[in-house]
Amino acid sequence: MDPIVVVLFLAIVSLTLVITYFAAKRTKSASEFYTAGGGLTGWQNGLAIAGDYLSAASFLGIAGAIALQGFDGFFYSIGFLIAYLVVLLLVAEPLRNLGKYTLADMINSRFDAKKVRGVAALSTITIVLFYMIAQLVGAGALIQLLFDIPYWIAVLIVGVMMTIYVLFGGMIATSWVQITKAVLLMAGMVIISFIVLWKFNFNISAMFTEVKTATSHGADYLNPGIKYSDPLGTLSLMLALVLGTAGLPHILMRFFTVKDAKTARKSVITATWTIGIFYILTLFLGFGAAIFVGESDILAANSGGNMAAPLLAEAIGGNILFAFISAVAFATILAVVAGLVLSGASAFAHDIYGQIIKKGKTTERQQMLAARYAALGVSVLSILLSLGAQFLNVAFLVSLAFCIAASANLPVILYTVYWKRFNTSGAVWALLSGLISALVLVSLSPSVFSPVEGAALFVGDPIFPLSNPALVSVPLGFIGGYLGTVFSKENDLARYAEVKVRANTGYRE
Amino acid sequence: MAEAKLMDEKGKPKVDYVKVESSPQFKQLMANKKKFILPMTVFFLVFYFLLPIFTSYGTFLNTPAFGDITWAWIFAVAQFVMTWVISSMYVKKAASFDDEADQIIEDQIQKGGNQ
Repeated sequence: MDPIVVVLFLAIVSLTLVITYFAAKRTKSASEFYTAGGGLTGWQNGLAIAGDYLSAASFLGIAGAIALQGFDGFFYSIGFLIAYLVVLLLVAEPLRNLGKYTLADMINSRFDAKKVRGVAALSTITIVLFYMIAQLVGAGALIQLLFDIPYWIAVLIVGVMMTIYVLFGGMIATSWVQITKAVLLMAGMVIISFIVLWKFNFNISAMFTEVKTATSHGADYLNPGIKYSDPLGTLSLMLALVLGTAGLPHILMRFFTVKDAKTARKSVITATWTIGIFYILTLFLGFGAAIFVGESDILAANSGGNMAAPLLAEAIGGNILFAFISAVAFATILAVVAGLVLSGASAFAHDIYGQIIKKGKTTERQQMLAARYAALGVSVLSILLSLGAQFLNVAFLVSLAFCIAASANLPVILYTVYWKRFNTSGAVWALLSGLISALVLVSLSPSVFSPVEGAALFVGDPIFPLSNPALVSVPLGFIGGYLGTVFSKENDLARYAEVKVRANTGYRE
Repeated sequence: MAEAKLMDEKGKPKVDYVKVESSPQFKQLMANKKKFILPMTVFFLVFYFLLPIFTSYGTFLNTPAFGDITWAWIFAVAQFVMTWVISSMYVKKAASFDDEADQIIEDQIQKGGNQ
């Protein structure tokens, strides 16, 4: 291993630990642990949201996908970005106005039902665990490649670090690690894109001409259809991306770290600009990697294309840029998994333990203790599962997480805020039908069953044709919520009036 | 007296949300919000899904626009531009929603909606 890589890597890791140390001194209440006391400003929170979103999958995955599949790789960038319009226009402000720590808090502002809270917590925990395992397995493989250490040590390093951040620094540390990383990552992206453009004398058209002959796809590289040739599959993926983002627990939790809906809105704007610029730049990274690294070298390093960005950094900026990008990639993974642990822990400790078992009658000390135990539990569980999942193809876990978020969480959020007739039974039905249909359909899909050995979890013919079942499971979530509502007579109009007034004016008693 | 049931357990006056919700001021806010958010949401979702629909069911976006840059890429980048435009428009619009909301809190909730 190059000494520069080691030094830069250690410098960035120490920086995040210093942040955690200062954050830990400030984390005294449950509100500070879960939501940084609601004390982040709009731009801070915006960068933290951007940080949450610019995970290893975005940074390494999309750069690789564009490098290998051209236009089709760019679909992800577009889906993730447009999702922010759903968040901004429909979800961010009512969520901030009604909720406290978790999604279940927000739904329960309309229904004081334990079963709604329980099912909402279940959906959150399921998404968090699946997403965590996917991130940790990906992280293990990446760090194994970057630093040439065994997989299990790599997973343990990431796992232990993330546990330290969350356990001691809570949301304050997680947010600041996220902000630091977002700034470093953007800097890295801008530098690489600048060098790539410079090599073409800042002539974008020339870059397009060059890339046409750079890969085995030839001129088709610039056209859609290399990877997503099935129309319904493409639409289903796009649906999961645009609606799933607005239902991911660690993204939702970010709206509770600001003091009011106006700040939540400002933070979405900062995030939209940051993420938009980032995703435009993925184009230069992807094309740059295809031209300056080459398809065969990208595939040789990692068959999923995940090494495209670091390899490009090495090819055009030498060892120092490679070290910097690798260290930033490591910080990226750490910050995202820390955010995930926190949202899983809040569902366990706040919803299930605090509100359901203890009926909201807990002291501040008990809440903090429960939050830390839950964080430790979620961390240990996901580290163990990831250690066992090394040889599994985990791509389906991410699509599953998005699909559950889009099919279970989003319908219930929209119904709670916008539908007068909605009731307790509708909420339970919406969550369960979305969750179960996503789980069942993914487990019957080509992501789990493939006739080609090693391409998926099991060898066999898929029963359900779409890898990403959002096209079916999202409508099922909405229909479930509708049927559950109309089959139950319960309807509290006075309560809806309260929710509507509070969601739209931000008034709190 | 009606006031008796309008107190919460701490003895503070309880807000009559049904009355606030049916006030003309609040109805106006909801109408203004709907007038902006609904068409915008329909527009951006249609604009978004047109890209995969066009690329899946046709090849006409594969014709070059500038040099080797095809219309598919132009449409893809237009998605980014649309996102920035709509979010900027929303921020402007939301400032007026905020003023209306603050006025509702003052008139309908704090003063009890008696004027």
